[in-house]
Amino acid sequence: MMDATLSEIVVSVLLLVGAGFALVGSIGLARMPDFFTRLHAPTKATTLGVGGIVVASLVFHSTRGAGLSLKELAISLFLFITAPLAGHLLGKAALRNTRKD
Amino acid sequence: MLSIVSQIALAAIGIAFLLNLWRLVKGPDATDRILALDTMTINAIALIMLLGIVLGTTVYFEAALILAMMGFVGTVALCKFLLGGDIIE
Repeated sequence: MMDATLSEIVVSVLLLVGAGFALVGSIGLARMPDFFTRLHAPTKATTLGVGGIVVASLVFHSTRGAGLSLKELAISLFLFITAPLAGHLLGKAALRNTRKD
Repeated sequence: MLSIVSQIALAAIGIAFLLNLWRLVKGPDATDRILALDTMTINAIALIMLLGIVLGTTVYFEAALILAMMGFVGTVALCKFLLGGDIIE
């Protein structure tokens, strides 16, 4: 009972932190005044939020199911690798657009 | 406790989806819309992982992985189109 409660607390904290960061990133995307400041919010905060939710899912399924399941780490690693690349390309495209006119 | 927290997280991700949709409709430039679509893909991955926690199943990991890959490839393709799409270069 104590072990299940501890894992539940860990999963709940990770879920709250992850969902909060994802919400903060989306609020920044909706409310920031410029494109480059809008680019700043979701490429970092939302990626960290999804990373938190993915780690929460890893802990949940590892403590409940059969053994350790590391498949979620692939999703988290892929997101952490690809989010800066997408942000860099978006910034380059926006810079080209603003420099043209 | 976990059921209440998962409901709160689902509500937060839903509000984030609505904000992204607002930026996708309103966004003044094409890059804003691409950024909103990319963020919506990342939020969809979070929603799928939350669904896996709520339902207690491990079926949806592959869907989230494929969504991550396809979202990244789509963002890169759209940015490349914006970078090299104009004739006067």
